[in-house]
Amino acid sequence: MSVSIATPGPRLLGRLRLALGLRGVPWIALLVLLLVLICAAGGEAIAPNDPNDLDLGAAFRPPVFELGGSFATPLGTDNLGRDLLSRIMGGARVSVIVAFYAIILSGSIGALAGMASGYFGGMIDTLIMRLVEIQQSVPSVALALILAAALSPGLTTVIVVIALTYWAWYARIIRGEVLSLKTRDYVAYARVAGVGTATIFLRHLLPNILNTLLVLATLQVGQVILFEASLSFLGLGVQQPDVSWGLMLSDARQYITHAWWPITMPGLAIMLTCLSANIVGDWLRDRLDPHLRQL
Amino acid sequence: MTRFILRRLGEGAISILGASLIVFVISRLSGDPVVLMLPPDAPASSVQALRQTLGLDQPFVIQYGMFLTRALHGDFGQSYRWQMPALRLILERLPATVQLAVAGLCFSLCVAVPVGVFSAVNHGGWIDRMGRIFAMLGQAMPAFWVGLLLILTFAIQLEWLPAFGYGGINHLVLPAIALGWYPVAAMTRIVRSAMLDVLNTDHIRLARALGIPERLIIWKYAFRNAAVPLLTMLGVYFAAMLGGSFVVEVIFAWPGVGRTVVEAVFSRDFPVVQAGVLSASVMFVLANLLVDLSYGFVDPRIRDER
Repeated sequence: MSVSIATPGPRLLGRLRLALGLRGVPWIALLVLLLVLICAAGGEAIAPNDPNDLDLGAAFRPPVFELGGSFATPLGTDNLGRDLLSRIMGGARVSVIVAFYAIILSGSIGALAGMASGYFGGMIDTLIMRLVEIQQSVPSVALALILAAALSPGLTTVIVVIALTYWAWYARIIRGEVLSLKTRDYVAYARVAGVGTATIFLRHLLPNILNTLLVLATLQVGQVILFEASLSFLGLGVQQPDVSWGLMLSDARQYITHAWWPITMPGLAIMLTCLSANIVGDWLRDRLDPHLRQL
Repeated sequence: MTRFILRRLGEGAISILGASLIVFVISRLSGDPVVLMLPPDAPASSVQALRQTLGLDQPFVIQYGMFLTRALHGDFGQSYRWQMPALRLILERLPATVQLAVAGLCFSLCVAVPVGVFSAVNHGGWIDRMGRIFAMLGQAMPAFWVGLLLILTFAIQLEWLPAFGYGGINHLVLPAIALGWYPVAAMTRIVRSAMLDVLNTDHIRLARALGIPERLIIWKYAFRNAAVPLLTMLGVYFAAMLGGSFVVEVIFAWPGVGRTVVEAVFSRDFPVVQAGVLSASVMFVLANLLVDLSYGFVDPRIRDER
């Protein structure tokens, strides 16, 4: 009856983690990202207070650990007495939405362009790579400014700008991958066997670049969140009454001499999220695609 | 070498041309500019007349040609807000932006080069580990937040430096740090890995065997080789500084191109936006071009290959 269950607890756990390949997993970073996702999904429903609830009597209430702080508003309140914690939780939604759509959009445009460029070569390659270069000759904030001036500023503009900025980055790297994939025998055989181009793209190229795409997308999350915050801070991104971390900072900036917490807290949220996304991205890259380490 | 220079010049010209096309197409996205320029109750005949003088009744390609010809003559139109030619306004503000970008670049180099070199020399040591933590943190902090924190600490709490404005060196310090903060991480990483590569080569090992002082080996023999990858990236970083200056200039009320363009966007001053964005692109391309041409002089091997 007494068989191998006698192994001590910690070692069992260690073995289990090793067996499942969970060694070196950045748990804290993953946990932070999960928390951001939960806040984005839950929004107002799980926030302790309404993010837009004004209470002028409680304006500039400091965080709980400072004199005059209150547990009702653990991170303090802003100039209109709005609860910073609830606003940060609400602001997670915008960051997640922008990151999601922008990455899907830029990733798919970039992957398609890169695959076409690498696979067909010749004129198409020259054309697409020239486009990549031209795209990279306009600073992305400048592109955002002129787009915001032409269209109206808002969530869609932010997503379009980020997609327009980052597709070139994907295209360049995917092209490199496809250039080497194209010379593999199975691609050549498929072509000789008369397999259609679309099938070659979907069945033979795409599965091989999925890892790269996943790594690039994770590494992009942090940058997208920073970019969205910058645009919203300038007033070109998300507009009131929507809550966004960048917008919170732009509000807080006018009262910088009054209180430090409305500046510090949303920034910390941005920093923690980006840090976690970058750590997870690095970890994925090392596991899935170590040759991308130069990025 | 001449062929290489000519090819790079040609590519630069095409990039700028492409940038002008992007600017033009996006400007036209906003719809009919005449509607914005005339009062809402303007008679149809004057709308028609203005469209003809602006060439808006012409085909798209001809319109782009007209835009390009005017842009080449430096004519982007009159700024509605500042009441002066848009390009002249931008050129007036340009020196402040360049000054800030150069200062930011100096700051990041001053941090990245020593940290990168020391991290490589004692890799695994505490400088290396601290440097890596700082790099992770730096890449997760938006430039404008760094700027706000700097104002909060050094201008408001400690009252050491002015919070905003333009003037002497003390006005330059905080914006330069805010602008130079972000690239430090990437630059350190480049210096570190290049140094690690160079330190493993035979000529360094030979120098060690000959008993040349370590300081001389590191800075004279190793770093000069390791600086090439950094130099090739310098154009990209200078360009990134120009991009970052839009936000940093707004925070520190720095009278440069970035803040001007942001203000122009909000007052829908289109000529200024066009002139600003296009001149930013031109500087972007020029910076990369200069770097491409210059590393031929630093590393003769590259020069000979081309």
